[in-house]
Amino acid sequence: MTSTFLPDKRSGPDVGPPPPSPGSSRSRTRRRARHWLTAVGFQVPALVLFGTLVLLPMLFALYASFFRWGGFGMPDDYIGGDNFTRLFQDPVFLGDLWRCLLLVGLSLVLQLPFALALAVALNQKIRGRAVYRMLFFAPYILSEAITGVLFSMIFAPDDGLADHVLGAIGLDGVGGQWFADPSTVMATLFLVMTWKYFGFHMMLYLAGLQSIPAELTEAALIDGAGPWQRFRNVTLPLLAPTLRISVFLSVIGSIQLFDLVWVVTAGGPDHHSETMAVTMFQYGFKRYQVGYASAISVAMFGISLVFALAYQRFVLRRDLQGATTTMRGGGA
Amino acid sequence: MAVPLGYAVLSGFKSTDQLSRNPIGLPDPWVTSNYTDILGSGSFWQLVGSSTLIAAGTTVVVVAVSALAAFSFARFAFRGREMLFTLFTMGLMFPFAVAALPLFLLLRSMHLLDNPLGVILPQAAFGLPMTIVVLRGFFREIPAELEEAATLDGCGPLTFFWRILLPMARPALGTVSVLAVVGSWNNFLLPLLVFNEPTWWTIPIGVQQFQGQYSAEYARVFAYLVLAMVPALAFYSVAERQLVGGLAAGATKG
Repeated sequence: MTSTFLPDKRSGPDVGPPPPSPGSSRSRTRRRARHWLTAVGFQVPALVLFGTLVLLPMLFALYASFFRWGGFGMPDDYIGGDNFTRLFQDPVFLGDLWRCLLLVGLSLVLQLPFALALAVALNQKIRGRAVYRMLFFAPYILSEAITGVLFSMIFAPDDGLADHVLGAIGLDGVGGQWFADPSTVMATLFLVMTWKYFGFHMMLYLAGLQSIPAELTEAALIDGAGPWQRFRNVTLPLLAPTLRISVFLSVIGSIQLFDLVWVVTAGGPDHHSETMAVTMFQYGFKRYQVGYASAISVAMFGISLVFALAYQRFVLRRDLQGATTTMRGGGA
Repeated sequence: MAVPLGYAVLSGFKSTDQLSRNPIGLPDPWVTSNYTDILGSGSFWQLVGSSTLIAAGTTVVVVAVSALAAFSFARFAFRGREMLFTLFTMGLMFPFAVAALPLFLLLRSMHLLDNPLGVILPQAAFGLPMTIVVLRGFFREIPAELEEAATLDGCGPLTFFWRILLPMARPALGTVSVLAVVGSWNNFLLPLLVFNEPTWWTIPIGVQQFQGQYSAEYARVFAYLVLAMVPALAFYSVAERQLVGGLAAGATKG
């Protein structure tokens, strides 16, 4: 905010035109204009890049979603909202929505608490915790494509590690088809997602835990609070901002899931593991129904946006007020 | 956690025949040909080279462009600043998959398919929001007195940016660079769309293709996977601090 590159110290951002001051007004306007040009000049490369390769494609997806269009030439067969009407009657897309909810639910109920428990454990002074941290976080570094190929071999029917392990402990026939069976494919995918992503959330929690002043837990200890009470009444509320961010990232990630599914199952068997992004890819790049695929893109964006705005409005807003949540001082 | 990784490493030392007879135990005898064959073939190194070039290119572009924009956001007051900043932060919510189709068509019309720039530029563009947000936060913390002193010494904005701000911001630049490298290294969808010819394939694409090609030779695929993981894990062990710090900063500020 404070900057000596300001032409006039009193002018904050976005104030109206300068009050007319006789005599000097013209040179002042010119100086302001030059200042504005300098400031915006630094933005130009970013604006060009962002405008052409992010905003323009987004807007074009919106435009194309109103056409029946195969992706060659310009779209010319305008059909209004028909793609969207079709979308909400399409059993595959409705299934995508359901699977997305399922993944969000499973993540919130299983993955994040698991990550939290491990973060709390690793926040203690235990031997070799640096090694554990490295180990748990390592899967996050690997690309989803590599993770996907690895697990498609581990869960390969009959020959994979998973079936052999189950066989070795006397559970023959429990596993079986894994990714190939409609009834187990989502559970198996979720397992792989957990392997890959819980370390990321764990790291976030660790960063959050470390910004909680030790005096607070010590004070609670002196007041006679047990470990669970200390966790429930001191740690958890102070960790709330981190938790809210982690939930946010987890939901957005579930809405946009693509790579892992594409590499492992490509949405199969018979659409049982398809996500919105996979459906979009299928229609856009395999079946050349680009208009319809654009409508799926737009729906995905709409869902992300509505969620993000609602979340910021109703959940994240609390992080800006109240003594308990502002105490942890901004991180970094 | 380590079981899948360890299993992959060991399996790479078996023959496929051995793997099906003895899936869990140690290799007997240890077969090194899976690994050496892959390392001896040019195609694997081509993937590594292509991934490296694309990651480096993306990082240079996104960090340079973001630093300029973040500088302007952090140190200048100008009309339209908040609006522009909101525009970029909204980009944090844009899922790449949404833009994939029109972006593909755009790149096709610009003749950037099968060209590394076709991956570098869009990756940099989609990396802008996060990078700008992190850098702006950091640039704001540099005291105004420093800027005043520099101005008195005759520094213009550009000199101040280049000679003082950037050197001071080295840790933050490190963090965003590491994030950009990891993001580029792991990207799958964009290289999949852009590169039809194998010339520029990156590691994730190569892995998927290799599995398709040698689907019956499990041991070979395992060896390939392990080798494909090595660069990322090596990079991670070197850059761990920067990466984790950056994730925490990005998450609390974004």
